[in-house]
Amino acid sequence: MSKDQTIGEALRARGVSRRGFLKFCAATASMMALPPSMVPVIAAALEKASRPSVIWMSFQECTGCTESLTRSHSPTVEGLIFDTISLDYHHTLQAASGAAAEAAREAAMEENWGKYILVVDGSIPVGDPGYSTIAGISNMDMLLETAAGAAAIVSVGSCAAFGGIPHADPNPTGALSVRDLLQQYGDRKPDTHSAVYTAHSTDVDVKNKPIINVPGCPPIPVVITGVLAHFLTFGTIPELDELGRPMAYYGKSIHDRCYRRPYYDKGLFAETFDDEGAKKGWCLYKLGCKGPTTYNACATTKWNEGTSFPIEAGHPCLGCSEPDFWDGGGFYKAISTSTEDISRTAVYAIGAGAAAGVALGALNRAKKTRAVKAHQKVGIDDLEKDG
Amino acid sequence: MSETELLIWVRGPALQIATVVFLLGGVLRIFEILALGRKPNLAEPRGSALAGGLRTIITRSFPNRDTLQRSTFNVVAGYIFHIGFFIALFFFAPHILLFDDAFGVSWPALPTQFIDAVTVVTMIALVAVLLHRINHKVMRYLSRFQDYLVWLVTILPLVTGYFAFHRIGLTPPLLIAVHIASVELLMVVFPFTKLMHAFTLFLARYYNGAISGYRGVNS
Amino acid sequence: MQTQTESGCSATPGKVVTGNVIPLLHEVRHALQQLLDSGQEMVIDLRSIPMGPGEEDRIAEQLGRGEVQARLSALGPSEVVETRYPGVWLVTHHNNDGEIIGKFIEVCVIPRLVTAQHEDIRAGLQALSVQLAE
Repeated sequence: MSKDQTIGEALRARGVSRRGFLKFCAATASMMALPPSMVPVIAAALEKASRPSVIWMSFQECTGCTESLTRSHSPTVEGLIFDTISLDYHHTLQAASGAAAEAAREAAMEENWGKYILVVDGSIPVGDPGYSTIAGISNMDMLLETAAGAAAIVSVGSCAAFGGIPHADPNPTGALSVRDLLQQYGDRKPDTHSAVYTAHSTDVDVKNKPIINVPGCPPIPVVITGVLAHFLTFGTIPELDELGRPMAYYGKSIHDRCYRRPYYDKGLFAETFDDEGAKKGWCLYKLGCKGPTTYNACATTKWNEGTSFPIEAGHPCLGCSEPDFWDGGGFYKAISTSTEDISRTAVYAIGAGAAAGVALGALNRAKKTRAVKAHQKVGIDDLEKDG
Repeated sequence: MSETELLIWVRGPALQIATVVFLLGGVLRIFEILALGRKPNLAEPRGSALAGGLRTIITRSFPNRDTLQRSTFNVVAGYIFHIGFFIALFFFAPHILLFDDAFGVSWPALPTQFIDAVTVVTMIALVAVLLHRINHKVMRYLSRFQDYLVWLVTILPLVTGYFAFHRIGLTPPLLIAVHIASVELLMVVFPFTKLMHAFTLFLARYYNGAISGYRGVNS
Repeated sequence: MQTQTESGCSATPGKVVTGNVIPLLHEVRHALQQLLDSGQEMVIDLRSIPMGPGEEDRIAEQLGRGEVQARLSALGPSEVVETRYPGVWLVTHHNNDGEIIGKFIEVCVIPRLVTAQHEDIRAGLQALSVQLAE
């Protein structure tokens, strides 16, 4: 595919009919969580949209996000969106390695400076840069350099968006999310940088680069591609919440859209994974479900082509699209319960209170007895003496 | 401190601290009262002190007709917010879970929509009670700082709970953290203020009833 | 509709009712009325509504099958089925692997996707002309 082609042209060149294109647009609208009435608008925009260059960087991650995105081997709609972008660098997927791979990245940066999309999965270690390097370049340097020429940054997965598992307590690598790193180190010049960076980076403010967070462990593939689709359809950043997540997908909590919600409202809960309640599909709140504090599209978009999602499979939500979900006090502990042993605390407190109360009471009694003993009766003589 | 860390702290160590202050302080004060003892009554008993005491604990839970007529507003609004607070505290499913998890006792929950409505009514009653206190000349004269403090720490858990349930204003973890913290504030303030009446009222009623019962009089 | 207990929960184990089916059908009814009155069409994306296990199938069951059934082959198969209620269509898009990539209820005279598209007609005309010229 030529890079100058529009997406409409690219699809037609692949023998996709107008019907196929409209079907693609309908599925894309659904994927972007837009109403079906937007299909003609999307069709018109996609027809003219150019294929953006994408540089994908993987730092401290498990490749689960890439796995989620590419798990499908056949041309799905996600696949097509993925094909319509020009993925110029992705060290897990690309054939090139070493110097050749880095040369490809630099070439893509040079050619599309200020216009390419930077996708990041994984967190960035700042404790010791040696924890994660690519081609001898520290993750921080590579991110600072590549972010400088990006039109927008998409942080895919909870690690890139919020630090994720590497950031979990005690965070041995000093892992930071993309947003935190750019905010804290955005004004720093990378120690190692390419000629492309030197040529362009005189007036770039990396601190204020638009960042779209697409958290999840992994994120729903349709959500990843939906965000890319939005960018390449409208050329803009979708509406974001305060955590930088697209409202279209992360606007409602799992709890609010959960099909088991009626059971929560009625107070019907599964107590264990195999009791009657579990078999009847009752609410999993007692089993530690983090649905009420988790914002994601799982309950409607679902997984595996809309087949199911964890709660439908009988497992409580782990809250993987929220910051620090790993340190949330236990996956199987209900949110309203304590993380400490309160009953023992209570017993000690009552014991100590009773003991102290009795001791104080005894002290008071002794004082009273002494007072009674010390009390001298006043007679008429005493009064006369003073008078 | 991140939101998650705050929530963990509030759910864990902070709750422990609050529990210690609440129980240690409360039990200490009750034992102190008990340990004071009472002067032995040398008069011939004309009835059972125990029966009289227990009866009064129950009878005084219902409003006295004269009092009801004299200060209808205080009695009605007072009952509404006390019962409402009790329902919201003990019959909201996540709250029962906390008791179950901590002490191994549980009971059936009421529907969340019902709890939601009760909470709104309770908050309205509490606001009305405060307005009444401010507008009523005598009550305002009698009111001290503690009365307003006690009112505040009572309504805070309801307001923050309502906001947390409907997820208004802040992120959900923060809303829950604030809600739990407000309850902990209530627990900490409890033993040092007139909130102690929740425990001592039974003692007071018992003594009143027992004195009358001993004399063979209904109280 | 399946039997429901007093509390509104499904009595059958494993079957959960979100309460979204009936409002959805009301929405369809409203849309049909609008189609009659003003010719305005409507599309509902079934993926945007929370559904319990089997609820999507129950909606399809409720809507039933009408007189027209069309199968499209464009970027994978698609099914366009008129429901028991004329003017209400159930459109299901699959990819080449048969996986469902979109499910819609369309309220219209005929889903636009079924009609021949101008661009395709033009391409077809060109192809036919080329063939005849040979």
